[in-house]
Amino acid sequence: MKSTFWQRFCRNKGAVFGLFVLALVGLVVAFGPWLASNSPWDMVGAPFVHPMTDHELPLGTDTMGRDILSGIVGGARVSLLIGFVSTVVSLLIGVTIGAVAGYFGGWVDAALMRFTELFQAIPSFALAIVLVAIFEPSVKSIVAAIAIVSWPPVARLVRSEFLTLRQRDFVAAAELAGQSTPRIILTQILPNAASPIVVMASLMIATAILLESSLSFLGLGDPNQMSWGYMVGSARTVLRQAWWMALFPGVAILLTVLALNLVGEGLNDGLNARSDGKGR
Amino acid sequence: MNPVNPVLQITGLDIRLPRGADRELAVKGAALALMPGQTLCVVGESGSGKSMIANAIMGLLPRPHVEPVAGSILFDGQDLLKLDENQLRTLRGRRVGMVFQEPMTALNPVMRIGDQIAEVFDAHISLSAAEKRQRIIAALTDVGLPEPEVLIDSYPFRLSGGQRQRVIIACALALEPALLICDEPTTALDVTTQAQILKLIKDLQKRKGTAVLFITHDFGVVSEIADQVVVMQTGVVVESGAAADVLRNPQHAYTRKLIAAIPQGTMREPEKASTEPFVLQVQDLHKTYITGGSLFKAGRKVHACNGLNFELRRGQTLGIVGESGSGKSTVGRCMVGLAPFDSGRIMFKGKILATNGAEFRAQSRGKIQMVFQDPYASLNPRHRIGAAIAQGPIAQGVPKAEALRRAAELLQLVGLGPEALDRFPHQFSGGQRQRIGIARALAMEPELLVADEPVSALDVSVQAQVLKLFAEVRERFQLAMVFITHDLRVAGEMCDHIAVMQRGRIVEYGETAKVLANPQHAYTRTLIEAVPRLSQAPATETTLETQA
Repeated sequence: MKSTFWQRFCRNKGAVFGLFVLALVGLVVAFGPWLASNSPWDMVGAPFVHPMTDHELPLGTDTMGRDILSGIVGGARVSLLIGFVSTVVSLLIGVTIGAVAGYFGGWVDAALMRFTELFQAIPSFALAIVLVAIFEPSVKSIVAAIAIVSWPPVARLVRSEFLTLRQRDFVAAAELAGQSTPRIILTQILPNAASPIVVMASLMIATAILLESSLSFLGLGDPNQMSWGYMVGSARTVLRQAWWMALFPGVAILLTVLALNLVGEGLNDGLNARSDGKGR
Repeated sequence: MNPVNPVLQITGLDIRLPRGADRELAVKGAALALMPGQTLCVVGESGSGKSMIANAIMGLLPRPHVEPVAGSILFDGQDLLKLDENQLRTLRGRRVGMVFQEPMTALNPVMRIGDQIAEVFDAHISLSAAEKRQRIIAALTDVGLPEPEVLIDSYPFRLSGGQRQRVIIACALALEPALLICDEPTTALDVTTQAQILKLIKDLQKRKGTAVLFITHDFGVVSEIADQVVVMQTGVVVESGAAADVLRNPQHAYTRKLIAAIPQGTMREPEKASTEPFVLQVQDLHKTYITGGSLFKAGRKVHACNGLNFELRRGQTLGIVGESGSGKSTVGRCMVGLAPFDSGRIMFKGKILATNGAEFRAQSRGKIQMVFQDPYASLNPRHRIGAAIAQGPIAQGVPKAEALRRAAELLQLVGLGPEALDRFPHQFSGGQRQRIGIARALAMEPELLVADEPVSALDVSVQAQVLKLFAEVRERFQLAMVFITHDLRVAGEMCDHIAVMQRGRIVEYGETAKVLANPQHAYTRTLIEAVPRLSQAPATETTLETQA
């Protein structure tokens, strides 16, 4: 009897915990406005209100009297949005380039891989800073910058998967059947390469959230959107007077990234039937 | 004759499988006894539990998932099942040697040959460096490897499969163990190499008096080497006895089935000169591979096809026979348009096809199809069977419902039920998958079918069924077929004409009966002699008598 994906996923307790945390973050994003009705930018109380002192402001206020809870709820939306969208964009770039390079091989492969290495040779965070600084900081430019710095590993992974899958006889059979090349790539090979791509994507979301936080920390975030990184950054100067300003958004980043990593590991266990010890 | 104690005696051995496996016990009540200096063959199809026994003796079962639960394995009077890991380790290599099935993966690719054999000595006895080197060279000489002084310092990639298997045998026999376990040691090898390895094992055994436990699925091999035979079916020993008796007079139905499944080398009825139109004509085909080259260095040229000529009429079958590396698979890939060729002509129904793969395939319009060697790699694990068979016709513009209906018909034709349509490949056995592969090729209504070693990955009894299916579809659709194989027995049964290939050239080409009965080329004769045959059983018997 073969255990199902779900059984194997659940065998990893950490992954179940991660999924639970992610579901919680998802709920916060969906029902945020009811949870914390203040706008994260409005001054709603006195500055430096300690957490747990005012039940209207359970996590306290910052230097300008803004509600920290509202900030975290608002930041969750931005972090997840940027994490997901930039991952999708970099998957699109990376999978396309990797698939074409791995399928056709030869000089196409050589050219595309040299192009990929060009991006890998530049420190990714520095490149992201430069890109955001050139285009005005906004959600769009941040997504673009993160996507541009994070697609090369995807391309390399997909290429290596395609290189081995390309040699399989079922691809030869599809060629003999007269299927078109895009069809072979999309229906024959890509589904077989899906597992490692999915696992990598879940880890990439985590990295993207971290990158976004780092950019906002440096003041390169979207000025119209509250974000966790920006909150930690603005708390930097008053860290000793108001620990809570940095702690709560920091914990939010930590938990979300940790949860994504755990889920990624669980997906790896679940999708990779062979690590189950029941190789066929 | 003095009563001699058996080297190895297994009684009532039960091995439990993890819960959820297809049966509770992998091996049930197995019993066998192996005398010193004799060879005992454990025969059965894959899944019969024969490898489990070997692993149980060596203590290599993946415990606690697979656990021996009853019985005993007596070796030299001590029960191996009761020993702990440390005690077993002193036995392995020293008193019991093992040879594995896959020579390509059994050696460490980044270790010199000499160092790998030295490990056996280091683990058990202490020797000076010079003495060790001497014994390693002696071990390599023993197994008939050329230039052992050079070989000792080279890496495994320089050796062929047969040579690697010799190195592994040298490793296993380095300390002159009392028992040698061979787990399908020749299954991954060519017929000629197989014959050499079997002869080597026989010779060494005679010289050193080692008892050999030989695990195989091929009764042809059994007749070559065995003194005693144990036949296993789904974990149960169904028959055991002296090799000559079992081979000549099998008692159990399953044994008879296994013996009947061996291709007897019976030749296909030669048809009278056919006047059907030519389907395939190959003229002066050349193909070279360049390997290991870089921008600044010219690579090594390998002539995979060197001026090949042959032709094939409708309803006929051509066998291309040769060892691995003879270029026979390359010819197959050129003929279906999966590989481009350098020069020469391939004509399909009188029309010259392009040398470039993609154009070739476009011109042949899917009427040239292929059945692949490895049934596990030839079906997309993510596609349902119905979709896999129907994909070709759909790509050619047949409506989906129509294509699926035809897929169901074809599945019935190859002996599978319509419920197979919605299943995934992993739910089928190797033989069933090969049937699906044939159905997929037939879905395109091909006029030429190229089969590249279609049965070499299958058990002997399954082989016979799949070959029968090939013969049926050939008659029914009047297919022209090219059958690529290393097994002359199979070629003799299936083909009207045979082309024998060696190093990219056809060294002999003619009607099957003529080639097999009266081979002109020395290489063809070697191939024919290498084939294990049941008719050699009496020979084994006589050697038995002289020994006794």
